[in-house]
Amino acid sequence: MLKDITIGQYYPGRSPVHLLDPRVKIAITFLFIFIVFFIKSYIGYAILFAYLLFTIIISTIPPKLILKSLRPLLFVIILTFVINMFFTVGEDVIVRFWKLTITREGLNQAIFMALRLIFLVMGTSILTLTTSPIELTDGLEYILSPLKVFNFPAHELAMMMTIALRFIPTLMEETDKIMKAQMARGADFETGNLIQRAKSLVPLLVPLFISAFRRADELAMAMEARCYRGGENRTRLKVLKTETRDYIAIALTCVMIFFIMLDRYMF
Amino acid sequence: MSISIQNLTHIYMEGTPFESVAIKDVNLEIQDGEFIGLIGHTGSGKSTLIQHLNGLLRPTSGTIFIDGTDIFKKDMNMQTLRQQVGLVFQYPEYQLFEETVYKDIAFGPKNLHLSEDEIDRRIRESMELVGLDFAEVKDRSPFELSGGQRRRVAIAGVLAMKPKVLILDEPAAGLDPRGKNEILSQIKLLHEEYNLTIILVSHSMEDIAKLVDRIVVMNKGSVALTGKPSEVFAQSKLLEEIGLDIPHIAKLMHGLKERGMDVPEDIYTIEEAKKVILQLKKGEYNA
Repeated sequence: MLKDITIGQYYPGRSPVHLLDPRVKIAITFLFIFIVFFIKSYIGYAILFAYLLFTIIISTIPPKLILKSLRPLLFVIILTFVINMFFTVGEDVIVRFWKLTITREGLNQAIFMALRLIFLVMGTSILTLTTSPIELTDGLEYILSPLKVFNFPAHELAMMMTIALRFIPTLMEETDKIMKAQMARGADFETGNLIQRAKSLVPLLVPLFISAFRRADELAMAMEARCYRGGENRTRLKVLKTETRDYIAIALTCVMIFFIMLDRYMF
Repeated sequence: MSISIQNLTHIYMEGTPFESVAIKDVNLEIQDGEFIGLIGHTGSGKSTLIQHLNGLLRPTSGTIFIDGTDIFKKDMNMQTLRQQVGLVFQYPEYQLFEETVYKDIAFGPKNLHLSEDEIDRRIRESMELVGLDFAEVKDRSPFELSGGQRRRVAIAGVLAMKPKVLILDEPAAGLDPRGKNEILSQIKLLHEEYNLTIILVSHSMEDIAKLVDRIVVMNKGSVALTGKPSEVFAQSKLLEEIGLDIPHIAKLMHGLKERGMDVPEDIYTIEEAKKVILQLKKGEYNA
């Protein structure tokens, strides 16, 4: 039941992609997103695809999983494709039937838009599949920390995210347990109309909220008891380090960007 | 009601990297009116096993027959099953949600669509069974009661469904010694007076040795040992390997027997042990 849901979509592993510094991974992903919108030719997409394929192969993530992440967006992708195909104004008509026309420009535009969406989802999926949520927040904290100058609470934000992530499985387990306990007393969460179903959630939500508050209280107490007082002068257990493999990844990304630029401006 | 567990296997998150086998190929027969103690370490699969008995979990393979009916067949009425097999979870006080104790205990019977009179009768009866004073407690909020009292309210909530099989997962966990003894002796009473089939889950031999008819020891998802308490405690070597301890008094009796003294083996309380040892001493003097 609820136990079968994974948090985020982290796929544990020890591949070079998994071991990359999360800061580097986040930065590369941002560059990647930027590049996806920059490309204007099929050769560009071919280069990007080669880059993606290479990353997927060395990350040892089953390609099935990456394709699975496309599924929720399938409808949006098809819709974008269809709209662009029929409503882009162009001269070179390929097919014409009823009131609709498909032009070469329209078809190109439709394919580009669809490819953009697919690449965006695949690229970001590789980030979330190979980086645990905790590493992600750690990386984000570093990237956001220059904003501390403007009183931006980078550490607090990261700590809140870490705690929230830490408690998702706990609360899921708790939900599962309370749900089962009420089902053991004959509660029915699955049938009935909307109002009945909403009502049937009361026996689940009340104990869940009570326990969430109790846990929050206990955690705050435990943190204070160990002298937690925010990010100032706080050292870390896991210090993020940039290593050779990170530089290789950056270099490879730069090569990919170089070829895409070459394709766009030279030919 | 008799329970027959056949080749039951349950795998959590099958087909993902987080896959884990919780129980594998468990076979167990439980007779009508038996008092079973289910013992095992954390993660030995006892909680997973009991959640199958009222259909909260579906097995990966294998099945369970209750009074000859396959409870995982397609048209099984889960509501009836859950009324007949009452399950009290660990720390059941965390499932309370109503404004008053009365309303909370009424939750189960209400789900069975009983008449108001019948519900009222059942609430009074089940509160008495767990030793709560009806007049005093019924209108109080469950959240202002003590931990032990809240647990009684939660157990009463399951008893009000009038189950024929009662499963309790660590009913005494986290209670002080007095609360523990009270809860356990009330469970014993339920068994004796109402002839309920009871399955008591625990990780402490000490607590259940003097209560149950039969002990089932689980280890790593399988049944490792089963038998009368004295039979199970006789296997102290195996139990030690599993990491379970036999009651101190049983250990003492074993020790005495090994040293050639004629003592009975089914003694688990200090009182009984004292009597036996004194008698033995007297025998020595007389001889």
